Amino acid sequence: MQFMLLFSRQGKLRLQKWYVPLSDKEKKKITRELVQTVLARKPKMCSFLEWRDLKIVYKRYASLYFCCATEGQDNELITLEIIHRYVELLDKYFGSVCELDIIFNFEKAYFILDEFLLGGEAQETSKKNVLKAIEQADLLQENEMGLFYALLAAVSTLN
Amino acid sequence: MSDVVEKTLTALPSLLSLDSQPGSAKLSTNSKLGSLIRGITELTSKHEEEKLIQRELSSIKEQVSSPNTTMRQMKELMVRTIYCEMLGYEATFSYIHAIKLAQQGNVLEKRVGYLAVSLFLNESHELLLLLVNTVLKDLQSTNLIEVCMALTVVSQMFPKDMIPAILPLVEEKLNHSKEIIRRKAVLALYKFYLIAPNQVQHIHNRFRKALCDKDPGVMSASLHIYLQLIQENPESYKDLTASFVTILKQVVAGKLPMDFNYHSVPAPWLQIQLLRILSLLGKSDQSTSEVMYEILDESLRRAEMNHNITYAILYECVKCIYTIHPKSELLEKAAKVIGNFVLSQRINLKYLGLKALTYVVHQDPRLALQHQMTIIECLDHPDVIIKRETLELLFRITNDQNVTVIVEKMLDFMSINKEDHTTADLVGKVAELAEKYAPDNEWFVETMNTVFSVGGDTLQPDIPNSFLKLLSEGFDDEEENKKLRLFAVNSYISLLQGEPSKLPQRFLQAICWVLGEYSHLREDVEPDLVLRLLVKLLNIKSTSSETKSWILMAMTKLCSGGAPLSVPLEVSETYSSSMDTMLRQRAQELQYLSQNPELQARVLPRGVSQEPMEVDSSLSFLDGFVSEALAAGAAPYKPPHQRQEELSRSKALSLEPYGLSLPISMSSCSIADRQSPTLLSVSSGLSGDRTDHSHKGGSTTLKLDGVRRVWGKEGYLAQRESAEETAPVEAPSPLQPLVQQGDGDASYSQTPTPIPECEQEKQQLASSLFVGLASQSSVCLMGKSEQTSQRFRRKLKDPAASFPSSTQNPLVSPPSSVGHLLLDSSISSDLISSPEQTHLSSVDLTVANGEVELPDRDMKGIKSTLLREDSALAAGSSPHEELDRPKDSCLTSHLPAELSGLPHSEITPLCTSPSLDLSSCHVQKDDSLVLLVFMKSSSDYDIQQIQVQVTCEELEVSCVCDSPVEELKSHGVVVCQYFLTVKSPSVYFVLSGMMSHQIPDNSLQETQFSHRIPLTSFLRPLRLSTEEYGTMWLAFSHDTKQNLPLMMDAEEPLTATLKVLKDKLQLHVVEIIGNEGIVACCLRQDQPCLLHCRVHAGMLAVWLRSPIPELPDCLLYHCQRALQES
Repeated sequence: MQFMLLFSRQGKLRLQKWYVPLSDKEKKKITRELVQTVLARKPKMCSFLEWRDLKIVYKRYASLYFCCATEGQDNELITLEIIHRYVELLDKYFGSVCELDIIFNFEKAYFILDEFLLGGEAQETSKKNVLKAIEQADLLQENEMGLFYALLAAVSTLN
Repeated sequence: MSDVVEKTLTALPSLLSLDSQPGSAKLSTNSKLGSLIRGITELTSKHEEEKLIQRELSSIKEQVSSPNTTMRQMKELMVRTIYCEMLGYEATFSYIHAIKLAQQGNVLEKRVGYLAVSLFLNESHELLLLLVNTVLKDLQSTNLIEVCMALTVVSQMFPKDMIPAILPLVEEKLNHSKEIIRRKAVLALYKFYLIAPNQVQHIHNRFRKALCDKDPGVMSASLHIYLQLIQENPESYKDLTASFVTILKQVVAGKLPMDFNYHSVPAPWLQIQLLRILSLLGKSDQSTSEVMYEILDESLRRAEMNHNITYAILYECVKCIYTIHPKSELLEKAAKVIGNFVLSQRINLKYLGLKALTYVVHQDPRLALQHQMTIIECLDHPDVIIKRETLELLFRITNDQNVTVIVEKMLDFMSINKEDHTTADLVGKVAELAEKYAPDNEWFVETMNTVFSVGGDTLQPDIPNSFLKLLSEGFDDEEENKKLRLFAVNSYISLLQGEPSKLPQRFLQAICWVLGEYSHLREDVEPDLVLRLLVKLLNIKSTSSETKSWILMAMTKLCSGGAPLSVPLEVSETYSSSMDTMLRQRAQELQYLSQNPELQARVLPRGVSQEPMEVDSSLSFLDGFVSEALAAGAAPYKPPHQRQEELSRSKALSLEPYGLSLPISMSSCSIADRQSPTLLSVSSGLSGDRTDHSHKGGSTTLKLDGVRRVWGKEGYLAQRESAEETAPVEAPSPLQPLVQQGDGDASYSQTPTPIPECEQEKQQLASSLFVGLASQSSVCLMGKSEQTSQRFRRKLKDPAASFPSSTQNPLVSPPSSVGHLLLDSSISSDLISSPEQTHLSSVDLTVANGEVELPDRDMKGIKSTLLREDSALAAGSSPHEELDRPKDSCLTSHLPAELSGLPHSEITPLCTSPSLDLSSCHVQKDDSLVLLVFMKSSSDYDIQQIQVQVTCEELEVSCVCDSPVEELKSHGVVVCQYFLTVKSPSVYFVLSGMMSHQIPDNSLQETQFSHRIPLTSFLRPLRLSTEEYGTMWLAFSHDTKQNLPLMMDAEEPLTATLKVLKDKLQLHVVEIIGNEGIVACCLRQDQPCLLHCRVHAGMLAVWLRSPIPELPDCLLYHCQRALQES
């Protein structure tokens, strides 16, 4: 996979992950053109696009478009399922995910993506394993917060 | 305690306010980010957003650089910066802080730091070097999460040259007890393999271990590496076929843990990866393919149609079945799957069905026939993507009978398509089809006209080039040629009489060339008329200056037809003061040649047999110029990538730690390399097949028995209902014709049932589209009726002589030999010191090639100089081939006895003075090169005190005897020896010499001369073992990479190519493994150069390394020449 973009129906970029080294200028140009092309397509149309020399696979979930660019010989359907699996992972993690979750917690979305796809290839396809890895790291955060909450509790009992 | 309570209480309100904000609690953790996002959504204009973000960024900038900012705050700031960057605002100032955060933060902060780094930087960013230490530290951490983070970032980006620094640590992680670490380590190695394959060459056996890992995740990660390895070199991994098959069997049988199921399909990603690997292994290899038939059958069976994911697997199975050695049973099943796809109502599946059909149609054209009606429907599909794919399919089934309809469809599509990339691609395809299958001249020229006008300036430059080449080289039938050219001329004259300002520049250029070259074929048109049309074109504002020079050239050619001189003179006067030098040059030529008919006739001969001109693509005629410039102190040429690299190196601070001195290599090249001319490869593959089949078809009569007839002469015959195969769309109408099988004539009866009109239309279209596929078997598809398809196939006179690129030298056209006009003879004249050669007039169109001039200076002279140059180059391999030259042979006898057995170059004259002739040659000894200077007296008296001094900056010259030659008898010969060793390599070494001697009246006479020796004469094979090679390779720092042509026609391209290099340049081939070969040579024992050659995408990717900075580039030049010449 060459890159993955998430953007809203209004064309606002929500997430971008590039697996090929490109300059910022090129990235912006590609994003702009691609968002335009994909948004112009009608709902019943094919999820695959030949765009420049890339194969674009996209899918819309509610107000959000997930869009992947792959090389010509890659299997389009499996890329579509990669998108779907990613959405499933987000859903499981956030608990019925919506666009706002991704906007406000985009770094989490990135962490999940990095556990799922690494360097453009599927790294771990088992849902359980991906989430386990994320939760392990998150656990630390909760520990940290946990200390704070413990303190709060202490304060409230004092009062 | 109370202190703590107090502090907490003060913090409480802010904490509570966070939680009470709208949205769920989880949105509140990044309060500042939250308010930023909310702030943005409230804005109404882009301008306001910009202002807000800029304000935000400057406040972030202030905070990140403040020393009081804690890492915790930094983490929050970094998240906001990532957000701003995603919105498209640059925040380069934060990059260094992201690295700092990754370095100094605790685990959580580190995580954000690493994320920011991976989003902000790419693998060629110089700041990435600062991350190396952090990664090193984290890889050694005892905290698993830190190790994971380090491996994650490494698998996404890592500076190529720093790989050796962390490689041992990553390798060690392959043995880690946690599978997640092992898996990430494997992926990191995969990344390393992609960006620097030879850095991980020595650990290939570790990959095997990963493949056998007990954890399925680790195992499937290792498949990424294997897919890549096998793609590059399937031969070396055939032994793994059985293992892959076993793994796939287990996966399909559901032996993996349930976790890996996806919508109750066992590990689909793994299945697809394995299928791709298997198809690579089984490609044109029967025995390997046989191993996998069973599991492919099983996979097909198991993948029941119910979900996208099973379709994905089925699609991959079908591709695999059609790629490996065919088995009819499987092909049948696969064809059925394709049928289901094509007929599916789901648009994604339909698309893939068409794609699969396109993929398999050259193997099984009948499949396209089965689905003809669906294909016709898809042609009118509302989704352009489907249409586009259908055209791709039609392109594959084009033959000389359906070409007009298919091309029409493609042109229709282009007229509605707006996207440049697609247009360029389709235009190329139309041009290819037109060239291959054109039914007649008119159609061909008209189609090409459309191609040029629609393609406009996005057109690939090779299309006009090959079109013009086809016109000029023509076919075997002269009469046909003339007709075609005449038609083109007619068509163009009328186009120019219309509105030429609307035509694209490339088209105009082609028109100009054709008119200049062939308008004389039309006898009823005065050249004056054509000239006037061209002048009109010149005066159009939009005409580019490149086109103008084409126009001027066309005029130059037209003038020879005896046109009145006034027009060209006027034009040439106008443009001879143009600011554009190219234009000015053309104007001068026009002026000069139109006034000098004699010269004109020589330069632009008309009606001569059009022998292809020999193009010296290595530009060896410039060697003299180059070596002179080098001798004068110019810097040696460096290929662009190297310049870029050096530029970036000199600009940037050296950020590399000490101890590792590997250079920054050209990661910038990788994108360019990736682009492969798919169009080209596709067409060549097709045509290759075509000749193959037409051979078979041509010798035997068409086999009609036993094959179902679907098509008659009149076109579409609806298919007979055959029990299970008929799909609903194939029998869309009540039409039930009776088809008589086996009968050659189309005797079929139609039922009287009325057919709906649109259906009828479709069937008509079908019959015109699929005609020619009719007579079954692949024979007819692959090029039935040889004469017709041959007719536009150009004569392959000289495949090497390609049409020169228009931008560089549009005047040079294959049939005429104007090219030499450009070569300034003055280049050579000042190089030559002997008096008789200095009177080279500037009109004389000689290419002087280096210092060694031959006496005759006509066109043949050029060739023979070239030849001599070549023979000098090839001296190492065929030292004696020139010995039969009379002049040489008399001097050969004077070779010193100890050198006579060794290979020596041709003896070439150096200079002459009234009384002395100097010639030289060089003899290759094992450790050095000996230059021999022969002094032959041509005078009747004895010459005394002859002294010859030879110097060269790049060479160490030591003379055997320093004392002057006391006396040379009348007509005698004396030989001087000089030992030469290389000080600093250069493509050619120019030795300058001075000879002095006394003539009888005691006055001293001096003559200067120069002699040129190519680097190749100094090259010696370096005999190494592979291990020695390996250690040396790592030790050398100066490297160069380039792609060289591969000898594709040989049976084993790599071996053949390396053999050429071995024979011509005396390189030592150390070892050839699969599609890689390692080669070594040296100048002296301490001046080695190593070559690593790899076959990649039809080219030979060569990577040279040497401790001598200039050596790789110089050697590369000679490799290139050697391969071009062979």
